Amino acid sequence: MSPLNATRAELLRLRKWPAVWITLGAWLALSLMFGYLFNYLSYASGDTSFSNEGATKDSLLAEMMPANVPDVLLQGMPMFGGALMMVLGAIVAGNGYGWGTWKTVFSLGAHRAGTIVGSLAALTVFVAATLAVWLGFDFALSLLVATTESQEIVMPSLGSVLESVGVGFLVLEMWAVVGFALGTLARGPALSVGLGLVWALVVENLLRGVGQLLGWVDSLTAVLPGTAAGSLVGSVVGVEPGGEGTPGVLDTVAGPQAAITTACYILVAAVVALVVVRRRDVA
Amino acid sequence: METNETPLVTTDGLTKTYPSTSSGRRGDRVAVDRVSMTVRRGEVYGFLGPNGAGKTTTLRMLLGLVRPTAGTASVATDRIGALIEGPGFYPYLSGRDNLRTVARFRGYADTEVDRVLERVDLAARGSDKYKGYSLGMKQRLGVAAALMGDPELIILDEPTNGLDPAGMADMRALVVDLARGGQTVLLSSHLLAEVQEICDRVGVINGGTLLLESTVAEMRGGSSLRLRATPEPVALAVAMRLAGDDGVRGTPAGLSLDLPADAAPHLVRELVTAGVDVHEITPTERSLEEVFFEMTAATREKEPVS
Repeated sequence: MSPLNATRAELLRLRKWPAVWITLGAWLALSLMFGYLFNYLSYASGDTSFSNEGATKDSLLAEMMPANVPDVLLQGMPMFGGALMMVLGAIVAGNGYGWGTWKTVFSLGAHRAGTIVGSLAALTVFVAATLAVWLGFDFALSLLVATTESQEIVMPSLGSVLESVGVGFLVLEMWAVVGFALGTLARGPALSVGLGLVWALVVENLLRGVGQLLGWVDSLTAVLPGTAAGSLVGSVVGVEPGGEGTPGVLDTVAGPQAAITTACYILVAAVVALVVVRRRDVA
Repeated sequence: METNETPLVTTDGLTKTYPSTSSGRRGDRVAVDRVSMTVRRGEVYGFLGPNGAGKTTTLRMLLGLVRPTAGTASVATDRIGALIEGPGFYPYLSGRDNLRTVARFRGYADTEVDRVLERVDLAARGSDKYKGYSLGMKQRLGVAAALMGDPELIILDEPTNGLDPAGMADMRALVVDLARGGQTVLLSSHLLAEVQEICDRVGVINGGTLLLESTVAEMRGGSSLRLRATPEPVALAVAMRLAGDDGVRGTPAGLSLDLPADAAPHLVRELVTAGVDVHEITPTERSLEEVFFEMTAATREKEPVS
């Protein structure tokens, strides 16, 4: 039972799972709303939406142009993109315990490590595919806006697109694999999703606040996954002075360090899931 | 069913303990206690025991789902199909797609899916969602997954759970059919009539301990005579003289004597000579159920009260 067989099996069940499409659809919908819809409504009405306070009409329009796609692609990732990918990872790993499907697979002689590698590979395929779909979606929407508003179409450089795709992949993959590890540890989706979301959306932000008072907490926050993801995105899209920009986008650590931390989280979370599944009893 | 003496499954001192904090005290709860059993190639082996006896834990250790605390378990083939403690499938997939997933995990072609669906009589409902299946259909799908790839050893843990009488009969026929085809079946059950009907050998486990391993015929022992006669004390004295003190048991239906059927005329003569009126004498065979309850009751009596 090779990892390739396991990947094929996992891809079959994931692509037919409504929960996967709902999760990915939620991310695309949120990205659409915050990347284009609110900006365009604000631009078209001459008003400013809650997410674009103080922005001029020209700057709003510029944000929706094809040249800005690499930034728009990344902006939502530190906040809801990462959180939703963590949910995806947690349900991919966790539901198998509640349904008894891991038991079925392992009792039929599946190599545990190969199975987990295959499952992670399938999850990675979904992360990459979602990123590709959203990139295409971004370009389509930005071209639509540019055409509608009779703007000159200026495409971004290939280098900047590739940089955004690479950064986006690292961020989404990190949260997905961390979610997978949590789902494995908790042997179910509910606890892992709950704990993961509380950590990603609340605890890290609180710790960053406490970090302004306590030096050692500040040092600790520099190596947390949310800080790494936010800083990695921040190194590409830039961070507005005073931290008034996109939520979750940070400049706490430098881009290369953030990339290394993110990659380490991917590796560590994958190894944790692998070791736990290999060693423990299957109930 | 042709069997040979070559062992396919062997356990030696297989033990599993779990940490326990019952009664506020820390300690280990022994789920399986030094079980040594052998399943031979080509046989249908019944693994008997009441709920919580340790059957499923033992089977899980055979399949590598659970690590033994001590002892060893070896299975001399990697072509194994198993259904352990109920089926586990994706509820949002159809039965066929669930089996396709299993087939992909194991590297089989999709044609294998159709074959096993036919085998368990689910082909017509293969496109229905698993979550809409009845308990019996889910169980049959679990068996279908176990049959994939024509395994040499099939381990079925309570395969008739949730099945109606017709479904149970079908399952029994399937197991017999598998054995006829040369496959070895290790069948765990607490339904004794089912085991008596289809198994070559049995292992009885209770409280984690393997009490006995033998053929069904050996386990049931010889035939006995059931006697209803008055006055009972005199009848009992005559019966004990002929069958021995340990060979007579009181039952609600009268006395049960460990004597063969051809001893009945001599028994009747002795009873009549002693002035006993014989109302009924019936040759009977002990069922597996009777033997099983005697064995497990004896074990329960030996267990210390905690």
